[in-house]
Amino acid sequence: MLKTIRLAALMSVITLTPFGLASAFAEPLKVVASFSVIEDFAKNVGGDRIELTTIVGPDGDAHVYEPKPADAVAMSKADVVLVNGLHFEGFLQRLIEASATRATVVELTKGVEPIKMKEEFEEAEEGEAAGHAHHHGDTDPHAFQSIANAKIYVKNIADAFCTADAAGCDTYKANADAYTQKLTETEGEVKAAIASIPESKRTIITSHDAFGYFEHEYGLTFLAPEGISTEAEPSAADVAALIRQVREDKASAVFVENITNTRLIEQIASETGLKVGGTLYSDALSSKDGPASTYIDMMRNNITTIKGAILGS
Amino acid sequence: MYDFLIAPFVEFGFMQRALAGSLMLSLGACPVGVFLMLRRMSLTGDAMAHAILPGAAVGFYMFGLQILPMTIGGLIAGVVVALGAGVVSRFTIQKEDASMAAFYLVSLALGVLMVSIKGSSVDLMHVLFGTVLALNNEALTLIAMICGTTLLTLAIFWRAIIAECLDPLFLRSVSRLGTPVHFIFLGLVVLNLVGGFQALGTLLSVGLMMLPAAAARFWTARVERMCALAILIGFASCIAGLLISYHQSLPSGPAIILSAGVVYFFSTIFGTRGVFNTRLRHHRHRTA
Repeated sequence: MLKTIRLAALMSVITLTPFGLASAFAEPLKVVASFSVIEDFAKNVGGDRIELTTIVGPDGDAHVYEPKPADAVAMSKADVVLVNGLHFEGFLQRLIEASATRATVVELTKGVEPIKMKEEFEEAEEGEAAGHAHHHGDTDPHAFQSIANAKIYVKNIADAFCTADAAGCDTYKANADAYTQKLTETEGEVKAAIASIPESKRTIITSHDAFGYFEHEYGLTFLAPEGISTEAEPSAADVAALIRQVREDKASAVFVENITNTRLIEQIASETGLKVGGTLYSDALSSKDGPASTYIDMMRNNITTIKGAILGS
Repeated sequence: MYDFLIAPFVEFGFMQRALAGSLMLSLGACPVGVFLMLRRMSLTGDAMAHAILPGAAVGFYMFGLQILPMTIGGLIAGVVVALGAGVVSRFTIQKEDASMAAFYLVSLALGVLMVSIKGSSVDLMHVLFGTVLALNNEALTLIAMICGTTLLTLAIFWRAIIAECLDPLFLRSVSRLGTPVHFIFLGLVVLNLVGGFQALGTLLSVGLMMLPAAAARFWTARVERMCALAILIGFASCIAGLLISYHQSLPSGPAIILSAGVVYFFSTIFGTRGVFNTRLRHHRHRTA
């Protein structure tokens, strides 16, 4: 964490120097990020030219968050509000209206190819319940789970900062490029890790459907009893279908996530004799001393955990 | 038939656990629900679901996301609210419903305050409230203990609780048990609800307590029979709900409660004391 900040700070110092003191000491751009992943992106792009406030912090669940007055205050004073969009932050629309903010609200998923919610269990139940909808809405909002999309987020953030603060535009662009470079490296690592897992073992179970884009992009299959939002309640048929998958040796590991109730997953694990492979970070980063305090750490942690559990089983 | 009724429970351990857990909960909670209904405290369960928040929050801050401290915290908060409301309604002119509302609102506000100050945005209630499909051994043991305690206490204080429920002034005039029995009963309510929340979720534990009791009311006027009938309706709803959830791929908690709801509406209309029969009997009186 500290390293990233230091790096970002260093980067800004280097890139800022040619512009002289006037721009370096200008009033910082006030930015509000809706949750921890976006916070990390914004920090990397904005460096110390921005003053950043995050609404849903580490290990928090943005699906069910209740905003506080302080959030509305931050929102109303902001120059730029960065949100995920695609109905990820359920609380957001009301908060924007209530705070009467004049800030530009930027949906970072703009330009992302949205994927549909998956109709899982179709194969498992041989079409008997095909097409049943146990999800809310029809597009998956967790776009940041694919690093390719994360690059789009970063580009959108840089564009938004440029519009709001033209003087710092070059800095933002340079920061974004440097960070995108790092994202590309991480993506390479993820792909290499998945390539090392045998194809027949590439199905795993997590507690809620947050990994659709990861799956789409990198070719792992995730199954989940809880559906796309943490608020939905699972049905007995869903849990039974998951257990059958494991029994038929289609799924090779189960994981818990940092923001959800772990008991259902533990129950599935104990019934099928699989061990819980570890914690995946899906909708929120961990706190500073945790294993996933930045986006890149999160992706690395997730893929290492997945690989370790599958190959170890 | 076998495939439909028995196979799901044979094939999957989680279905057996769900069945065992919900049946045990019915056994303890349904009679308690009957007494709650007779005392016109049917909405206590919903109030209690909110009242336990500060207790759960304290448990969470001291021990992290562990179910046991959060449940114990919730139990303590629940008992404080129930006893506080009981004391006020006992010793002042205010009725139980008003004092219960006042106490649970204060408790809820306190809980929200504590959660907000700490600034965590994990939804505590979400974490505390389980689902019937995820019963582990601790949860099953908890439900079994609650069920045992409830049945034992009811058996010991049976006559006193009935008297306290139907004619509290009479009980107070013949015995000094009145006030203690009232609080013992409130304790049972809290125990069943909080244990149920932790193991099975709010909807299921409040619903299984009240709906079978309300349905049984339409069939008999005798308390013993009403309790027995409520338990049977509870059992039937649990089995039907789990099977529906399994075969139709619907969430289990709501499926169980809706099954009980169907029984309730059926009883409202066709019960021996329901709309149909009472209207019919009136008619006969008039023509005779």
